[in-house]
Amino acid sequence: MQIIKDQQIIDDNWQSLADDDELATGDISVSLNRWQQEKPKLLAHDGRLGIRINPADTVTDFADDLDKIALVELDFPDFADGRLFTHAWLLRSRYGYQGEIRATGNYMPDQVFYLSRVGVNAFKPAKTGHLPVELGYLNDFTVNYQASAVN
Amino acid sequence: MYQYNEIDQTLVNERVAQFRRQTEKYLQGELADEQFRALRLRNGLYIQTHAPMLRVAIPYGLLSSAQVRKLAHIARTYDKNYCHFTTRQNVQYNWPKLEQVPDILAELATVQMHAIQTSGNCMRNTTSDHFAGIAVDELEDPRPYCEIIRQWTTLHPEFDYLPRKFKIAVSGALHDRAATQFHDIGVHLVKNDAGETGFKILVGGGLGRTPIIGQVIRPYLEKKHLLSYLEAILRIYNLFGRRDNKYKARIKILVKETGMKKFTDMVEAEWQQIKDGMELGDGRIAAIKGHFTLPDYAADAADDLSFGQYLQDNPAFATWYKQNTVSHKIPGYRAVVLSLKAPEVAPGDTTDAQLDAVADLADQFSFGEVRVTHRQNLVFADVKQANLFGLWQQLVTLNLATPNIGTVTDMICCPGLDFCSLANASSIGIAKEINEALDDMDYLHDIGDVKINMSGCMNGCAHQSVGHIGILGVDKKGAEWYQLTLGGSSENEAAIGERLGPAVAKNEVTQAITTILDVYIKQRLEEESFLDMVKRVGIDPFKEQVYANH
Repeated sequence: MQIIKDQQIIDDNWQSLADDDELATGDISVSLNRWQQEKPKLLAHDGRLGIRINPADTVTDFADDLDKIALVELDFPDFADGRLFTHAWLLRSRYGYQGEIRATGNYMPDQVFYLSRVGVNAFKPAKTGHLPVELGYLNDFTVNYQASAVN
Repeated sequence: MYQYNEIDQTLVNERVAQFRRQTEKYLQGELADEQFRALRLRNGLYIQTHAPMLRVAIPYGLLSSAQVRKLAHIARTYDKNYCHFTTRQNVQYNWPKLEQVPDILAELATVQMHAIQTSGNCMRNTTSDHFAGIAVDELEDPRPYCEIIRQWTTLHPEFDYLPRKFKIAVSGALHDRAATQFHDIGVHLVKNDAGETGFKILVGGGLGRTPIIGQVIRPYLEKKHLLSYLEAILRIYNLFGRRDNKYKARIKILVKETGMKKFTDMVEAEWQQIKDGMELGDGRIAAIKGHFTLPDYAADAADDLSFGQYLQDNPAFATWYKQNTVSHKIPGYRAVVLSLKAPEVAPGDTTDAQLDAVADLADQFSFGEVRVTHRQNLVFADVKQANLFGLWQQLVTLNLATPNIGTVTDMICCPGLDFCSLANASSIGIAKEINEALDDMDYLHDIGDVKINMSGCMNGCAHQSVGHIGILGVDKKGAEWYQLTLGGSSENEAAIGERLGPAVAKNEVTQAITTILDVYIKQRLEEESFLDMVKRVGIDPFKEQVYANH
């Protein structure tokens, strides 16, 4: 599986686990709910950890754990739900999160530029064929009126 | 007025390229309808009853003559020789071809214009007072702050997918001509006790289905904090505004459901965290102000005496002068309102030929600038009194001098069922009928200030709920009916109109309006305006007469 990360197409080995999946070996991401329920067990896991959030989640609920996780996945149920843009901005600008923030799910390729401006640095397109397209769209604009979340 | 620098121009050019790509992908079948819809709306493009409709932004209603000529050129080349000015100081084309829209945007970019964020659930064009910079009752020119807000809102990455559309209006005068109390955010320039100028911030106003008057969230905000405060409001709205029901998604509903106190606390807490990092420097404000310097006014403009003679000799000119010109803070100058409400013309419509002529007249008489009002007229802001007679003669030949500004026939009207896919009922036809019934100018001037606002559906684009007389088209079992309201106002004493009674049939609307005006004429006290009388007597005397034969 390939994704875009830091303006490059790279191989990706993260596994996104459903709430009833067994813990797999390697790097895994789980829902915020599962994180909250099974934190001790997850922290004992051999591999890196990620949290998957949806628009209704609250960033402050896991802000204290950010040093323990290497990935936050923004899971778009609907491209029109702009709350995830604010979640990304809060993670980067307010909580100084340095790990990977990855857009997944039903976002639009045409949104990657804005997403990159609020702190998203990785993209997992719905279709693998979109990888080069999204990589190109990251450069839609060369100028801005507002500061980016990552400076 | 504001002139683009290299960054502004690059941004607009890149936006054109982006939209061209999106349109091509859509036409090639590579972009789903639903996705293209979201993208095209953020560039002002609707798919309407007959054809796409393109809404072009006119930031705070200000146009140069070169921009007006470009609007004329677009009307001629890509549309049916006309365009429509809206209640939010924008302009709309009703007949562009989808595949040509990128070319239209490229043409607009050559004169520093665009259609960015003129629709969609994002921050829209910032509107303001059409007499900004010249009004006698002005504290400070609001336009530099409008421009600062325009830049901040444009392509804001975090707030482009809000729960619903979001509108900001700015006023710098004592008299609110920008309907700031009916915007998601209203910004007023005010003085504090120490005599410093800053902003009063209102939030949660809005029209549409649930008209609500905005409330003060901060009585005084230092200028340097303008953008951080707006950002705090937007962040709270983006996170907590309802997304489950589009009719409850505006910020006014969030404020109402959360409660003003709690909402204010949330905004202030957010603001505390960002305010120090987002200050507007004095240098930045001064640089933007530098774009709005006073034109080169003639010091001897008030010395001219010919103008007084024309007023005496020509009653038609005198009537127009009284009705369609406004006092100016510089002696010897007037602001002139060009009426886009001639009988037989859909309110707010102009032709390409009129626009070209308007551009020439602006160059000749008003420092090459034109403004658009939220009541759908145009303004020459800086006309020397010595030139008023000559200008008037030319406006008469252009059908732009109907002396009806501020009268009943200066109606605000949406495109209605004739053009808009959302509408339940027509509005342009009704406007025409009312115009024909009220063609006696003496009668209109006797009635005085009565604002009729008419919308073809609940979305309320023509702000019917704040019309002194509001007319709202509704669908009743496939027939067009009209609900009337009285006593609304979008100005300082903001009020939402009260419903007169059951909706009336299409062929009874004009009769109802003339009946309402007759009741006013018969029962008013000396010098009492229509709005004051409605406040004094309530709606019953009007109701009795309008429904007398039912």
